[in-house]
Amino acid sequence: MKSLRRFFTRLVSFATRGTQEERLQEEIEEHIALQAAENLRAGLPPVEARRQAMLKFGGVEAMKQDYRAERGLPLIEDFLQDLRFALRLLRKSPGFTAVAVATLAIAIGANAVVFGVLNALILRSLNVPQAESLFIVQHGSDVGSHSYPDYLDLRQRNRSFDDVAVFAIRQSGLDTGKDPSNVWQYETSGNYFDVLRIQPYLGRFFHDSDEHGPNSAPYVVLSYAYWHSHFQNDRGVVGRVVRLNRHPFTILGVAPPGFQGTVLFFASDIFVPIVNHEQLSGEKILNAREIHWMFEMVGHLKPGVTPAQATADLNSVDSYLKKSYPKEESNDPYTLARPGLHGDYLNGPTRAFLTGLMLLSGLILLAACANLGSLFAARASDRSREVALRLALGSSRNRILRQLFTESVLLSLAGGVAGLMGSIVLLRRLSVWQPFPRFPLHVPVSPDANVYLVALVLALVSGVLFGIVPVRQILRANPYEIVKTGSTGAFGRRITVRDVMLVVQIAICAVLVTSSMVAVRGLMRSMHSNFGFDPRNTMLVDTDLRTAGYSGERVPAMQRRMIDAIQAIPGVDSVGSVNYPPLEPPGSWQGIVYTDTTADLSPSNAAADPYMYNVSPDYFRASGTSLLAGRAFSWHDDTNAPRVAVVNPEFASKILGSIPDAIGRYFKMRDGTRVRVVGLVEDGKYKNLTEDQQPAMFLPLLQSPASWTWLVVRSSRDPQELAVAMRSVLRDIDPGMVLAIRPWSSELGGTLFPSRMATVSLGVLGMMGAMLSITGIFGMAAYSVSKRLKELGIRVALGAQRKEVLQAALGRAFKLLAIGSGVGLVLGLLATKVLAFIVYQATPRDPLVLTGTVLAMALLGLIATWIPAQRALSVDPAILLREE
Amino acid sequence: MVLKTLDVLGPLHGYGIARRIEQISGDLLAVNQGTLYPVLLKLEQEGAIASEWGASENNRRARFYRLTREGRKQLQVETQDWEQTAAIIARFFEVKAEDFS
Repeated sequence: MKSLRRFFTRLVSFATRGTQEERLQEEIEEHIALQAAENLRAGLPPVEARRQAMLKFGGVEAMKQDYRAERGLPLIEDFLQDLRFALRLLRKSPGFTAVAVATLAIAIGANAVVFGVLNALILRSLNVPQAESLFIVQHGSDVGSHSYPDYLDLRQRNRSFDDVAVFAIRQSGLDTGKDPSNVWQYETSGNYFDVLRIQPYLGRFFHDSDEHGPNSAPYVVLSYAYWHSHFQNDRGVVGRVVRLNRHPFTILGVAPPGFQGTVLFFASDIFVPIVNHEQLSGEKILNAREIHWMFEMVGHLKPGVTPAQATADLNSVDSYLKKSYPKEESNDPYTLARPGLHGDYLNGPTRAFLTGLMLLSGLILLAACANLGSLFAARASDRSREVALRLALGSSRNRILRQLFTESVLLSLAGGVAGLMGSIVLLRRLSVWQPFPRFPLHVPVSPDANVYLVALVLALVSGVLFGIVPVRQILRANPYEIVKTGSTGAFGRRITVRDVMLVVQIAICAVLVTSSMVAVRGLMRSMHSNFGFDPRNTMLVDTDLRTAGYSGERVPAMQRRMIDAIQAIPGVDSVGSVNYPPLEPPGSWQGIVYTDTTADLSPSNAAADPYMYNVSPDYFRASGTSLLAGRAFSWHDDTNAPRVAVVNPEFASKILGSIPDAIGRYFKMRDGTRVRVVGLVEDGKYKNLTEDQQPAMFLPLLQSPASWTWLVVRSSRDPQELAVAMRSVLRDIDPGMVLAIRPWSSELGGTLFPSRMATVSLGVLGMMGAMLSITGIFGMAAYSVSKRLKELGIRVALGAQRKEVLQAALGRAFKLLAIGSGVGLVLGLLATKVLAFIVYQATPRDPLVLTGTVLAMALLGLIATWIPAQRALSVDPAILLREE
Repeated sequence: MVLKTLDVLGPLHGYGIARRIEQISGDLLAVNQGTLYPVLLKLEQEGAIASEWGASENNRRARFYRLTREGRKQLQVETQDWEQTAAIIARFFEVKAEDFS
């Protein structure tokens, strides 16, 4: 009760502390006046009377402090005071503040980003009810692991799951009456939504009871995102009939927002029953036990069943299946895995990768803390006189430390907030980023409260961490010595741990700078290397005629009509078609060939497994592939004419034996058909940029038809305009055809993805390394200059030149920088051997890289020592010697 | 001591209290007079004393402290406490070895 009242009085007086301060002052004066008057009466002279009175009263400031402590809320008041003081100090040295905040922002931001990804992919559970009992059933370690009949048997015979569902992933053409487009679909078993315990957002889902044998359930469920983007949230879509690959399907309902199935990184557009697979794809594989094309099998374990029991149960079913179908069943055992990252296929690598990244970013933060700690120590030694004065005036060490920590935590919080904001922006962008334009692959990593919390905790911890560094220095400080002699202590000549740490840090930074330069150079070179075609000014139109309902003779006829129609558009130079363009992920088609003399056509006798392209006559012109010898195809190379091919020099030397005489020679296809080589085109890249030179052959479209068609359109017109024009002429031919039109250069983004990613991450790491070494060198140099300020002053007074002063002040810093950079450069050049696996044409023996690294390190050193050097040069011996 | 002084002498200013304590203790307790003020503040916050401005002997503004009803109560309690403590301690000093035999 009493303490409560005191608390409230204190609260009030905390608010009114100004007037209270005056009251105290008045009381003190009155007190001393009275005492002095009395002393006067006792016969002392006036001055002595007042002096005695003040002596008797004691230390006014210390008493005031006590009084204040008694009066208000001392903790908060002190804190506010410290905060104001810290802000003032930081404002006074904007360079230090900026470097510290930026370092922390980068270090904490990096941690927040990595943790955000870790959190989203591994820590957070799936957005489905009771995700903890949901497992996926794996068979072996392949991507697709089950056949449909296997699934039916497992579903019927297992005793561990409530129920299991299965799905496959496919692309289809969806026609809603206007502009058909490609959609990605989950083909699921009828019980899919029931197994995952999902309720529809709109309408209803399909169930087990909707399936009555093959092609009996022409129903489609839309994902929320697709409904939102393509049906504008129209609630009337339920019951509407759309065409999927030309077949009528009824929209049953819409899945809830945020539902993405059990695969985190793959956003499907629609869901259709798997029993309609044959109708949609034309493939009769639903009852084929040997074709393992199911993407995932998922189900909830029954309550009380452990994963180990379930695995044993599944494998006992498997042994029955192996006995019944010895030919079709593989020997792989069944295992269970957590859903989300497609089981062990991605889960393991992702986990390892992210853990590694997390460790790395943790190390970066730690290094940043170490650096800021030494910066702080340097500042603390700058302020040793102030600290000594405060100690002498009766301030407790506790109070001084509190003030230092306020400053460091303030800095770290500022850095943390900046880093967090940066990481939120980055994570948001990462969430909507689709590295491969054709696939709905993305990383759903929107940040949540966990990420904010981690960033905050990291900020606080690092604030305390680097605030701790100067503590010993302050606790040991002897105020009397310092006030008497000025800041002392000879700057040690011996090699300290800090020096070693700094060298290591600079070396790491140099490694990072070297490797990022190598990567950037490699990327630049691979962007300008010869692909064997020229993607500039070229558009790709991707369409599958089979899913559009064409077959047999109608396919090539249709392809020719499309080519002719686009050729007629003004501004189009040339149009060709190819079944699958080179360098398009996941990879081109291949087919084995034999030399003409091979009689025994068994695969082991094959001469090579070249890339195989079915192209129209004008393809070489449209793609910019130059013809070296012989002729290209014409429309007369059809089924009535002899079989012909165009090959690349690698093919010629490997299979035909000679490049100059290649024209007119023969080779044999898989089925033994003799094919005459009529032309030679330049070598190129076919699957990825880092591959060794591979053989390739081009076959005329009319002799080896393919329903998958990519039109290659070369034109100098604006891509947008051209796309509209092409769409409209193709729509005139067939309004129900699915078209995807993109510039070839942007399509290549997927192929360059790994080297781009490597370059970007190395660049980011290099920047962080640079930041760290700047603060490290800066801290060291500033410390050394401030320690030796007096000595420098004397040197200047004795007539030292600028050069000598600089040498004395910063020689050590430069020496450390040189050693570190040298070691780092050597290590970096060694590291690029590893880098060469990822980055195309990464060669360390590149003079540009070497000079670039040396320049970068020198620049870093210059930036980092600029301020301390200025300070050393501006030493005015007169002021300095008077001051100390 | 502050409470007792105020109880005996009525309202006083800070200097008066300090002087009185010195005089009563026969100048044995000559601590820094400044330390008095934090104590006064604490007592005031607890409600044991109240203060207002008044005129001092040489006609200057001074802060006068007086005992409140609550302070009187507190004084009583503390007097009792002290007497009890003093009595106990006194008994320890009176004890002689033979008392236990």
